[in-house]
This record gives sequence, structure tokens and C-alpha cells, in this order.
Amino acid sequence: MKLKIRKNLPLIDQHDKNFMYGGKFGGNFIPETLKKPIDDLTKLFGKLRKNKNFLKERDHYFETYVGAPTPFIKLENLTDHLGGAQIYAKVVSEANGGAHKIYNATVHCLIAKKAGKKYVVGDTGAGYAGKMLSMAAKKFGLKCKIFMGAKDIKRQRPNVEAMRKNGAEIIPVTTGSQTLVDAVSECMRYWVSNCDTTHMCVGSTVGPNIFIKICAWSTAQISRELMKQVKEEFGIIPEKLKLINCVGGGSSAAGFWNEFMNTHAQFIGVEAGGPKNSKLHAAPLTNGSKIGILHGAAQYVIQDKEGQIGSTDSISAGLDYPGISPLHCFLKDAKRARYTSASDEEALYAYQLVSKLENISPSLEPSHAFAEAIKLAPKLKSSEVIIVNSCGDSLKDKDIIKQKLGSYIR
Amino acid sequence: MKSKIALAFNNCKKEKRPALITYTVAGDNTKNNSLKILNKISKHADILELGFPHNTPIADGGQIQGSSHRALKNGIKLKDVFQIVKKFKKNNPHKPIILMGYFNLIYQNGENNFLESCKSSGVDGLIIVDLPYPENKNFANKCKKKSINFIQLLSPTTSKDRIKKIIKNSHDMIYYISMLSTTGGRLKVSPKKILQNYNTIKRINPKKNLVIGFGITEKTISSLKSANGLVVGSMLCKIITNSLKMGQNPVTKLDKVVYNLKKKII
Ligand SMILES: Cc1ncc(COP(=O)(O)O)c(C=O)c1O
Repeated sequence: MKLKIRKNLPLIDQHDKNFMYGGKFGGNFIPETLKKPIDDLTKLFGKLRKNKNFLKERDHYFETYVGAPTPFIKLENLTDHLGGAQIYAKVVSEANGGAHKIYNATVHCLIAKKAGKKYVVGDTGAGYAGKMLSMAAKKFGLKCKIFMGAKDIKRQRPNVEAMRKNGAEIIPVTTGSQTLVDAVSECMRYWVSNCDTTHMCVGSTVGPNIFIKICAWSTAQISRELMKQVKEEFGIIPEKLKLINCVGGGSSAAGFWNEFMNTHAQFIGVEAGGPKNSKLHAAPLTNGSKIGILHGAAQYVIQDKEGQIGSTDSISAGLDYPGISPLHCFLKDAKRARYTSASDEEALYAYQLVSKLENISPSLEPSHAFAEAIKLAPKLKSSEVIIVNSCGDSLKDKDIIKQKLGSYIR
Repeated sequence: MKSKIALAFNNCKKEKRPALITYTVAGDNTKNNSLKILNKISKHADILELGFPHNTPIADGGQIQGSSHRALKNGIKLKDVFQIVKKFKKNNPHKPIILMGYFNLIYQNGENNFLESCKSSGVDGLIIVDLPYPENKNFANKCKKKSINFIQLLSPTTSKDRIKKIIKNSHDMIYYISMLSTTGGRLKVSPKKILQNYNTIKRINPKKNLVIGFGITEKTISSLKSANGLVVGSMLCKIITNSLKMGQNPVTKLDKVVYNLKKKII
């Protein structure tokens, strides 16, 4: 059965009474203890998103604190170099803190304040979600704890230092693969024990339904800006337009596409394909993983026959996650978006090429999206337009890049 | 016909004591040992909970995670879990056994398939940590049709209204989570407070068997003995961990510990 996206309803609201998208993705597979806090949060957010003052407040902080709008630029040199479609970038890495994770973090802190909570906790992989939550928490006077896999703490040092500077307590997670999947689990377990005093922020469009909603609602700012910028640049939405975004949990892509949902723009999501000759990857949509339950939601997820969650591998900590947002599962099955993957090597090459030719230097996550743009552009006509969401800055990946390529340029 | 779970509670009520309910993980630390453990502790315990391990548990504390990790490292599969139950039931046909775990394993196995295996191996009840009410209605009904108890959970955060609905939808046993915690947290609420909450719930339907779990150890168990049943889990997992560390036999160790727990509530 082909699923259908409805026209006059925001994507995040297209679920049934069990909070499932397309009848099979999402939901709330949670312990009883979390039912009430999640219910409370659902009600509060439902009210706030209809409240004019709250929207004003959000817009105020997006403008003055996050720094909206982020630039929309043509990558002239890359376009010339590849000789095909015109390539543009939405430089979301110019947002305060250096990535799209600031939108979700800011909104969560505003909500936590309204809920009267004094503490926030969050998970992080690449360290951006944690860095931004620690920043926003500091700004809004909340105490902050971040759960991060021990492997990621080692490989994303600059963001770890930023979190420390912002006064956040970093809890290293040493269970399992010691990456994002374990950080999210540990953060949820912490929330089970502390949900009476503490607000939880899930760092991407994953987890129980309300966290998917809040996150996608927050990152939607990216495409609100982009819609205006595209119309200013081209007068119309170009007839052949591709919006390319990397997907880990999927928050950046969901925000990048949202306003274009009912247009003819094509959406391409790029997952982490992992090392070139490895069986391991972090691309459940590309590789046909089965539906399973991870972190409270049904989704396509890397797992074995029994239902044990599988190991992943990616050079990019932010994409190194076995699951994917139920929203993207829905978009995939409704054929509204197409998903593919880029390998570690392709992402590194894309980082290098873009950094060399242009004034931007994407981190390893958006480099996966650039890798797809680099593959596609030469095959397309010059009347076609590709926009890549450059949602993170390479600075955090300096160590890895140096080690892999021998030198780091920015 | 009364379920074995209901009969176990009746028995305890006659003896004016709570049911002692243990939790261990299938395959911890080996398939053989976990079966031996069940055989031994069933002499003292009234109902046995057996965890089928998942590698991404969102509500388990460190002790149970440790046990699950050991079991999975030993390659435990669902079919082994059922085998353990089957072998146990051969010698102990009347002792109720409850499987506890996360929904994804059932989802991948297929609900009907899973319940079939429960039935043929002799499982009496199920606790599914991440399948709360009302999402569990469908599956709980399937269980009921197969005469398998679906055990609902209540927590200190559950609203009164919700408690009533859940009790209405419950079978022979309801599980009250003593505090806001993953499994194995230290008891951070006083037993008095826990019993207060417990009694409020109990008054809604005094006939239902309501048990308390999370954070119960040999130190706290006797202060909660007015409940219909008490679950001890993480403490047992911890003892397995410690005896392995010290090169002791976890089977004899656990036998002793559960015997002592029982003594504290009779
Ligand atoms: C820069 C950047 N891009 C992308 C991601 C992937 O997350 P998502 O798919 O939610 O955007 C991350 C996650 O940490 C990130 O830091």
C-alpha cells in the first residue's frame, strides 16, 4: 500500500491516534513512568505552538540569538568545476554554535522554562546537539547534563570543550558501542528516574512522538528562510530543484524540506554508508532495514533477525545511528523523498573539494550530502538547481580529517 | 480455570504473606546456569520472572543491563529462552513463570508466533516494558485469548484516571513501580510512602493482585510485606555479577540469597 502525504496538514501532525505515521512509523513505545511526563509535554507544546506570544518569543530568539536568516549562497566555483547543475548552499552552519541543532535546543529550553523545569538533559553524537543545548541552557538559566558516548567524546573534542565551557556536565556513556545510540538510551534512562524535575531534549527527530514533533517544528525555520531566499534569487521555485540533505536522525533534513513539502522540489536524503569496504554502515533506509522499535518509536532500523539493534559505522559521529526518524520512513514509503548513502571516503573527498573551492567548509555530516551533489551535478543541465544544506562546520572534525587526509583546510 | 499466577497469590494469601517474585535474565551467566538458578530458587520463590534480553533497553538500570549483556554475549536467542522455560516446567509444572522484556523482540518474532512459543513452552505471563496502555490493548487481548497473563504496570506518575482504566484492563496481576527509576535504583522513597501509594491503588479494586517492584533488597523487603507480592530483580543480578567476579558459583549463591529473602517476609 502506498502511503500518502496530506496537503493541508503539517507533516508532523499526520499521525493517527496512536501517534503513528502511515499507520506503522513512530508511536510511543515507552515505559509507564514516562507516559505522564510525555503527556504533559504533548499538551504544553500543543498549546504553545498556537500561542502568539510564544511564537513571537521563538522568532525573537531565532533572530537575535540564533542569527536568522542564515546565508543562502551560490557555489560558483564548485558549479564551474563540476560543469552541470547550479549548486547552492544554505549555510546553516552560520547559525549560532555552528549547526542546525541550535533551533531544537533553543525551543526546548523555552519549553522547559514554561514547564517550570530547572534542569535539562540531552543526548549528543557529533557533540553539536549537546553543545547547543549547553549554550541555550546557559542563556536561559537552566542546569544542563549531556550524555555522550565515550567513543564520540574522543572523536569530537572541540564540541566537548565547548560544552564544558558552557558549564554543562558531560556524562560519558560506556555501554554498547559507546556512540549516539547508547547516549540516547542512557539519557532516556536518566529521564525515567528524574522526569519530575528535569526536562529532556532529544537531539534529533527521533524518540517518542512529541520529541519528533518539537524537533522538526524547530528546524522548520531553515526552510521558512530558504523559501524566501529561493524566491528572491529565482523569482519562482526553479522547475528542476533538488534539495539534498544528510540524514542521521533526520532533524536537519526535516527542517530543510518542510516548507517545500507541497511543491515540486525533489528531496534527497543522504545516509552514512560507512567505510567503503565494510559491511557496517548507518544507512537503514538505503539498505532496506526492517521496521523495528528503537528509542520509543517504530522505524526502519539496523537490527538482526531477533530484534537486537545492530552495530553501525560511520566516520561522521552525527550520522552514526542505527535508526532514522519515523518522519523519513513515512516520506520514503510515500515516495516523497528519495534516500541514498555516501561512503566515508566519498564524504571526505566532498569535504576536501568544497573546502578547497569555496568559502565554506562543511563538517563530515553535510559532506555526505555534498558527495551526492558532486555525483549528480555533472549529469544535470545548467538550468537545474541543487541546494545542499551545509548544516555543520568542519572545525569539529579537524582531528579526524587530519588523520585521514594528512592535512586540514578550512 | 484459575491461572497458575492467580493460584500462587491465593496460596500466599492463605499463608498471610506476600508472594516472593524473583527476576533473573535468561542466559545469565550461561543457559545452563540460568536454568539451574530457576530450579534452585523456585523452592523459595512463588513466581519467577525471566528476562529475555535486549541490547537497547530504555528502562533498565546498570545491574540488569550487565546481566543482559552477559547473556547476549553468550549468544542467547529467543528460542533458547523458551527452551529454558520448557525444561524448567518439566520439573516444576505448577510454578508460574513470567517473561519480561522489550517489544521489539516480539515484533520481529511476530506476535502470534511469539505467543505460540509461550504457550508451548509453558509461559504463564508477560511483562512488556515498552508497551504501555492503551497501545497494548490489542496484544493484551491476544494474550488473554491464549490464557497468558498480560501484566500491566503502574507507576507513581500514573494519574488516578489512568490507574482505573489500566486496572480495568488488567488480568491476574498488576505491577506497581515503587518510584521514578530505572530498575535497580536505590530505594529513594520511604517504604511508608510506597505503601501509601500502594494502598490508594489497592482500594480501587481490592481483589486485584498488586505487586511492588524496583529497588527492593534484603534490607527493605520486610518493610513492604503487606503487599500482595514483592519483586526482587537487580539485587539478584548484582549477586550473579559479584559471584562471577569472585569466582564463586552463582547458582548456590543465589539459592542462599533467595532463601534469606523468603525468610524475611514469612
Ligand atoms: C552537523 C550535523 N549534521 C547532521 C547531523 C545529523 O543529525 P540530523 O539527521 O538529525 O540532522 C548532526 C548530528 O549530530 C550534525 O551535527
